[in-house]
Amino acid sequence: MEYVSPEGLRLDGRRPTEMRQLRAEVGVVAKADGSASFEMGNTKVIAAVYGPREVQNKGQQMDDQALVRCEYSMANFSTGDRMRKPKGDRRSTEISLVIRQTMEACILTHLMPRSQIDIFVQVLQADGGTRSACINAATLALADAGIPMRDLVTSCSAGYLNNIPLLDLNYVEDSAGGPDVTVGILPKLDKVTLLQMDAKLPIDIFENVMQLAIEGCKAVANYIREILLENTKKLEFCRGV
Amino acid sequence: MRGMQLSLNKTQKLRLERALEQLESLSSKSNSDASVTVADNISVNCEDAILKGHGTTELDGHVVATLCGVVERVNKLVYVRALRARYKPEIGDIIVGRVIEVAPKCWRLEINFSQDAVLMLSSMNLPNGIQRRRTAIDELNMRSIFEENDVICAEVRGFQHDGCLHLQARSQKYGKLERGQLLTINPYLVKKRKQHFHYLEQYGIDLILGCNGYVWVGEHVEVKDPMLVEDQLNKSEQPIADSENSMSSADEVDTCTPLETRENICRTANAIRVLSALGFVVTVEVILAVVNLSTSLSLDIHEMLGPEFYVLVAEKEAERRSSLGKKR
Repeated sequence: MEYVSPEGLRLDGRRPTEMRQLRAEVGVVAKADGSASFEMGNTKVIAAVYGPREVQNKGQQMDDQALVRCEYSMANFSTGDRMRKPKGDRRSTEISLVIRQTMEACILTHLMPRSQIDIFVQVLQADGGTRSACINAATLALADAGIPMRDLVTSCSAGYLNNIPLLDLNYVEDSAGGPDVTVGILPKLDKVTLLQMDAKLPIDIFENVMQLAIEGCKAVANYIREILLENTKKLEFCRGV
Repeated sequence: MRGMQLSLNKTQKLRLERALEQLESLSSKSNSDASVTVADNISVNCEDAILKGHGTTELDGHVVATLCGVVERVNKLVYVRALRARYKPEIGDIIVGRVIEVAPKCWRLEINFSQDAVLMLSSMNLPNGIQRRRTAIDELNMRSIFEENDVICAEVRGFQHDGCLHLQARSQKYGKLERGQLLTINPYLVKKRKQHFHYLEQYGIDLILGCNGYVWVGEHVEVKDPMLVEDQLNKSEQPIADSENSMSSADEVDTCTPLETRENICRTANAIRVLSALGFVVTVEVILAVVNLSTSLSLDIHEMLGPEFYVLVAEKEAERRSSLGKKR
């Protein structure tokens, strides 16, 4: 099947190095300490952060740093066919672990000893790139909750179909069977915190694809920074003096 | 805005935007420049020896923010003041909390902090008011003083070496709070003032603005001075004292709060909810102004949480701040 037309357009009309439209909103869950919703094209994700709060399971309490817990779940209605088991299946457990490790690397946990930070991410609409959208939403939610972080974590995926590196795959391109590289970076520090790939790629092509994904991450980072700055300014002038 | 799911129609949206724009223009320019997000460079004069405070970290010789907030500079100290964060306790703060556990010799309270606060049995006044050592019987009777899910007002006594927060409730004005509502708002909306206990005589209600963002609105309770109560009991004759005691226990069971007081409590609570949803600082004057606005418009209490009143409060606050600015 042809994923990139001879004119150079993909199935949804994008260019190979074009990302989907990004939309983010902060403060969507009223009860949570921090929350955000993130959309990458048709993929919609909501993240809620609770913490730092008292550790529920005293056995896991750490005296020198905070405990970070993460739970990823997909809503039943998020995929084309209604999902039978939204939580607890292998994919959800794996992605929960991945998000937890990524966020834990950037949260300054030593500033909040003996406490717990819970990150809950739920996918409302899945159209490829849910992992990346979840990480971006979690970053926004953590910043909204006032949890100190080393840097923002942004993530984007890229693939290689019809011998062309493609940025930000959607569901159809993802299920084509080609390689799917997900990269998560700390944009300011220029460090990679997440790198996952399924399928195989020769190393030189892999470098190109990874570089493309990193460019996408930087674009997401700029957008997230704008949103957070606007939100902070709004809270400050509402509060007044 | 967070906290309220409101559907505003077109005119209401326009009015709200206009009010917010007015607020934005009133806020000082320097403040908006100082807003910063995570991993932003904070501009510092490199020659000075800058002290890096909360919310900052060093990266490659630059000072970088770790929080989203506003940069504050005090002499050589540079720090980032986060807005929506959990409560940061200071010694002497008045706080309101909820009991979640009765532990040996202490109660654990939940107070919007990264850990639960501890109220020791020895930091609590015994019912008789006499000062004595707490015995094992006192420990067994802890539940008669406070149980789980009771709302308590206390003061921050200090931190333990392991970071645990200790409270004390030795004065008569602290203790269990009954007959009222507990509201949660963001801690940054409550300013530290000299007075956190307010008695609104007009409505007959008590208002306690906890520094941790927990606000108590309840029926007014007379703070009895223990010395006076003891004198009264000593002077009055025994039968009268007995009937007084029996009356007080029967009182609590039979007499409920009058309807008007309950309505006033609900009105004040809704006013605080609207103010916190809009993100305005919550002080007694502002709360009273909003309650007066709702009564002058003769709105029903539930209509205070509707979109129209929401927009009205925003407009009123913009007016109030602009008039304050003009006075100066």
